[in-house]
Amino acid sequence: MSPDHGPNVPRHRLLSVLVENKAGVLARVAGLFSRRGYNIYSLAVAPTDDERFSRISIVVDVESSPLEQVVAQLDKLINVVEIGELHPDEAREAELLLVSVSADADQRSQVIELVGVFGGRIVDVGHDALTVMVAGTPEAVDDFESLMRPYGIAGLQRTGRIALPKLDGRSPTAEMTARDIA
Amino acid sequence: MELTGAQALVKSLEMQEVEVVFGLPGGAILPVYDPIIDSPIRHILVRHEQGAGHMAEGYAQATGRPGVAMVTSGPGATNVVTPLADAYMDSTPFVCITGQVATSAIGTDAFQESDTTGITLGVTKHNWLVTDAADIPRIVREAFHVATTGRPGPVLIDFPKDVATGTMEWYWPDSVDLPGYHPPSHADPSAIQAAAALVFAAERPVIYAGGGILKSRAAEALRELADLTGIPVVTTLMARGSFPDSHPLCLGMPGMHGNYTAVTAIQKADLLLALGSRFDDRVTGKVSAFAPKAKVVHVDIDKAEIGKVRRPEVGILADCRLAIEALVEAIRASGPVDHSRLVPWIATLHRWQTEFPCTYDRSEPGNAEIVTGGAGRRPTLKPQFVIESLRASTPSDTILVSGVGQHQMWASQYWSFEYPNTWINSGGLGTMGFAVPAAIGAKVGRPDRMVWAVDGDGCFQMTAQELATATAERVPVKIAILNNAYLGMVRQWQHMFYEERYSEVYLSPDLPDYVGWAEAMGCVGLRVESPEEVIPAIEKANDVDDRPVVIDFRTDSMEQVFPIVPAGASNDDIVVYPSQSAPIPGALQ
Repeated sequence: MSPDHGPNVPRHRLLSVLVENKAGVLARVAGLFSRRGYNIYSLAVAPTDDERFSRISIVVDVESSPLEQVVAQLDKLINVVEIGELHPDEAREAELLLVSVSADADQRSQVIELVGVFGGRIVDVGHDALTVMVAGTPEAVDDFESLMRPYGIAGLQRTGRIALPKLDGRSPTAEMTARDIA
Repeated sequence: MELTGAQALVKSLEMQEVEVVFGLPGGAILPVYDPIIDSPIRHILVRHEQGAGHMAEGYAQATGRPGVAMVTSGPGATNVVTPLADAYMDSTPFVCITGQVATSAIGTDAFQESDTTGITLGVTKHNWLVTDAADIPRIVREAFHVATTGRPGPVLIDFPKDVATGTMEWYWPDSVDLPGYHPPSHADPSAIQAAAALVFAAERPVIYAGGGILKSRAAEALRELADLTGIPVVTTLMARGSFPDSHPLCLGMPGMHGNYTAVTAIQKADLLLALGSRFDDRVTGKVSAFAPKAKVVHVDIDKAEIGKVRRPEVGILADCRLAIEALVEAIRASGPVDHSRLVPWIATLHRWQTEFPCTYDRSEPGNAEIVTGGAGRRPTLKPQFVIESLRASTPSDTILVSGVGQHQMWASQYWSFEYPNTWINSGGLGTMGFAVPAAIGAKVGRPDRMVWAVDGDGCFQMTAQELATATAERVPVKIAILNNAYLGMVRQWQHMFYEERYSEVYLSPDLPDYVGWAEAMGCVGLRVESPEEVIPAIEKANDVDDRPVVIDFRTDSMEQVFPIVPAGASNDDIVVYPSQSAPIPGALQ
């Protein structure tokens, strides 16, 4: 995963895919991407409020794979119930970051200050390091990650993007189903 | 009523009105083979699991009903991967049941364990691993529903041994609940209107009919559309028989080995009605040069096909038959159709048909062999002549099955198909060895029809062990081997594109002894070496109805398939038979 591509770089589009919560569904989705040569930039999967379904949020590299084909092929998977393409302007996007940063006694307060600015939390404190959790828009998480870099990153994990359509009346287009795209 | 999982599986197959299962037992599937004894379902014991899969495909293509194969875990399952991939490419409804090791042993590298659902993920429309006997009726019902609706295809049910020996309370689900599966049916009326408008405006329209015509049982609707509009029809390799070759508007097969008129009609067309076809690379040649002047209406039941290769002016996501019927209705509603606009186009097509028919140099009667400089003797019998003779000597509704290669192309070119589902071949995957088992499956499904397979000598050797199955099960198929002693299509490419450097393509006409092979398998074996012997041998074969017949036709190894559009070339660069004069590019009245 390269941090060079921000969320507004047009080669990346976010698909919000509602799937049946059954064994092997993620393998079907991932297998489809691999056998048709589509590239996944990031992927997040979790159950929804309805236990029968899970939501997979996939950031697709549309430069290497035409979005319309990706959506149409995904829609053919029997366990895929609904596909929405979320345009960044019409969606609320979020990502979670866990990062362990080197910070000795002198630097610790600087780091803690930055964590405060980004609304994050210190989740672990060592002698010369901190582990921090930050949730926010992918842009904010990118910014925070680059601010932490100079201190020295010992470990980093991002969840990949998740998203829901905005509640501003434009959502019907954002919640465009696979059928509409074709 | 309490049943074992195995009993529930067999009963579920009975509920799906399965009449025959092609299979071979083994350890993990053993429990299911016990209740099979008491079931009215016929079981055909194959000699290799690949045979079971292709038989199920042949059965499905001949009858329009799903074929069913049942094999054991591990090697049984991996042996059936090729037929699954074949059925996936050709959208053949096929339900495959594989045994699996007990659920407690899954993932432990147990004896004859393989990750069957994982392996077949990319070659099935969907697959299921059953983990609870109570799920069996639901899953079987879902599997048949998925295999036979929408764009049909293969599905697989992986069936662990402990699920088979476990028990469940029998039920049969009233309906299928698949929230993510909604096959399209009716066409959007506005798209139909847009298509109708293009039909009225076109001066050089062509219907490009694909396998979807057969899958959606749209042959009658297609004929109505052609008769109503006067638009000529090309039938792809998968659609041969969906429109009668004898119909004046039928142009035959387009594509890499299509005839000149079918190929060129598409190139010069101003409107292409693509009905259940998918712009396969063997049809389009170089995509950017394919039908360059044509507006495209594309009807398909699979959304992913619309716009995948060629972006249509009008895309219609629908069942092909329903869409064609709606189009016919829309055109009728617009008043009487004037065919006179198409007269110059039809005249041009007729001229091409007269100038560039599929042809070959007929051999002189009397000589079985000709002496060739340095290369000894070779047969003079032309493979095309064998197919023409076979066509002339068999009922019009004969089911013709083929393998893959030169013989397949000649069969498609020189046979005259008059009815749907009379042509069964491996189109998309190109599976050598398809013909013998597929012919057996077709004959099991349609015992009332004469079933002939035209096979190559290379193909035949891949699956001919199934002749033992055919003899044992009294399935009187007839196999015509066009024995040119070579992997002929590869030889042709080495001849044309590799400076005649023949690499690993020679097979020998005598090894194996095909007549001996046939007799060893309980079949009648015949050998034909000269043109005069062809029809008597076919007539002899037609008279045999209690066992399979194999005819070893010794054919001219130098014969090549023409026309040919070289791989990657534009269809405009079609190469016709050498004895025909070169076509004038762009010749159009």
